[in-house]
Amino acid sequence: MQEKDNTRRKVLIGLTSAVGLSGVPFVATPFIAAWNPSARAKAAGASVKIDVSKMQYGQQIQVAWRKQPVFVIRQTKESLAGLEQTLSKLSDPNSEAIDEPYRGLNATRSKSSEYSVIAGVCTHLGCSPKYHPEVEPKPWDASWSGGFFCPCHGSMFDMVGRVFKGVPAPTNLPVPPHFFDGSILTIGEDGGVA
Amino acid sequence: MNGVVGKMFGWFNSRLPIANTFERHLSKHPVPSKVNFWYLFGALASVVLIIQIISGIWLIMPYSNTEEQAFSSIEYIMRDVDYGWVIRYMHTTGASMFFAVVYLHMFRGLLYGSYQKPKELVWVFGCAIYLAMMAEGFLGYVLPYGQMSYWGAQVIISLFGAIPYIGESLELWVRGDYYISGITVSRFFALHVVALPLVLIALVFLHLVALHEVGAGNPEGVDIEEHLDEDGVPLDSVPFFPYKVLNALVGIGVFMTVFAIIMFFFPEGGGYFIEMANFEKANPLVTPEHIAPVWYYSPYYAMLRAVPDKLGGLIVMGSAVAILFVVPWLDNSKAASIRYKGVYSKVALALFGISFLTLGYLGTVGVTEVRKTMSIICTFIYFAFFILMPIYTKLEKTKKVPDRL
Repeated sequence: MQEKDNTRRKVLIGLTSAVGLSGVPFVATPFIAAWNPSARAKAAGASVKIDVSKMQYGQQIQVAWRKQPVFVIRQTKESLAGLEQTLSKLSDPNSEAIDEPYRGLNATRSKSSEYSVIAGVCTHLGCSPKYHPEVEPKPWDASWSGGFFCPCHGSMFDMVGRVFKGVPAPTNLPVPPHFFDGSILTIGEDGGVA
Repeated sequence: MNGVVGKMFGWFNSRLPIANTFERHLSKHPVPSKVNFWYLFGALASVVLIIQIISGIWLIMPYSNTEEQAFSSIEYIMRDVDYGWVIRYMHTTGASMFFAVVYLHMFRGLLYGSYQKPKELVWVFGCAIYLAMMAEGFLGYVLPYGQMSYWGAQVIISLFGAIPYIGESLELWVRGDYYISGITVSRFFALHVVALPLVLIALVFLHLVALHEVGAGNPEGVDIEEHLDEDGVPLDSVPFFPYKVLNALVGIGVFMTVFAIIMFFFPEGGGYFIEMANFEKANPLVTPEHIAPVWYYSPYYAMLRAVPDKLGGLIVMGSAVAILFVVPWLDNSKAASIRYKGVYSKVALALFGISFLTLGYLGTVGVTEVRKTMSIICTFIYFAFFILMPIYTKLEKTKKVPDRL
């Protein structure tokens, strides 16, 4: 038997395989892209409007934006003043770890000096934290001074949704894009001006 | 075999290896002559798999995979479809029983070293089956679109968000919407009824082919292939039929009785098999006060909660399952069975079992300081069992494994 030189054959196999494999991303594209939110889902996730003038001081309401709860809180002067006292408990008081849209504008973290607008989805595993504005000892914190407590895994947030140290939630609750037009709050749009 | 039937059989058999395969894998397949009840759970798992496939096909017929209809179609199955409740409870009970027998089956593996050379691949395929089952169970639990379906899925999908950089877009991609909507439900439905069952069946096939190649184990850890008769059949073996089949039938009978009692009288299993919150339609705005997974995931959930860091929790939970795959390469013991292993292995396995059960309990109840500390301790024991295994199995003195069964 004659010694065979397989070099040519190996090169051809290699080239054929490479050409074949280069098709894989093309074939995979529609299958992966089909899992993205559809045009209909995106349209349904546009903005919502709500009149907030009827809210009591200290009241919290939940607005569904993209079917996810957004908390709107009409802060009392006391609770805004009380934010200073819990600063030492917070892990990121200036929201540096997240994309904070209206940083430094108001103590409420929103575009308004009175209303807070906070995404009501825990940054840990997506539960909806509960509003506990009372300043009183709680089972989860003996020196509780009002805020949000997540019943799922015990994460704590202050009155404007900033996360406490030593809880499972990694970051502050984000502030969704919003703007006020008089007493009409629009969530999901920025209104063009920051 | 004579006559028409015999001729027909002959015609097929010369074109398809019927008799050969039947004898090799069923009727004459040699199995160890002495095993105990621990060796039943594999057979029971395949029985449950068949129950799940059949009841599942029947549930697809009246089920509706849309956001508006999913929950009410379950109520429709329960109230309006003749015997729909039996079929649904068969499927939900089957899910819990599947995990129950698989957990016992896996514990048998640890107890008698069923992963040791040359059965490594049998064990690895088994772990893959377990992983696929966990995915299958999770996807199925989302389909009724009740409160616990929704919030359980919310928690699990949020885990993807812990992955650095791509996490958030990955979450959105998995859901296909900004919340767990009908879009999510219908894709989970496709995965639950088509994709994962195909994967599961393929893995079960590989698990059994690998098992039949290397032969089943026994509680003594004796390698029966060492002593063969003149036909090459192990001396300490009996043919699968009738010995193993009739034996398994008794076990299957007992198992089916337990299954039927649960299905007819305790289908919710006190809230552990079907959680009470799931009798309420999904509400994206209200998180139930107490979110807990069904019992078969709760040990991992307890581990997740024990870690005060999102990514860390995900890593711990993932590693807890991943580490199972490498057990064959962690055990340095000369003996396979716990009967001949040393005292370290016995203590380690006992502590492991206790901590796994404790984690299972802790995952179903709310968090307090004491429970959190307990979860952390049990998580450490869980991992120590595996990570220290190469050391303690090497250090300890094993008893001499007998030559024959």
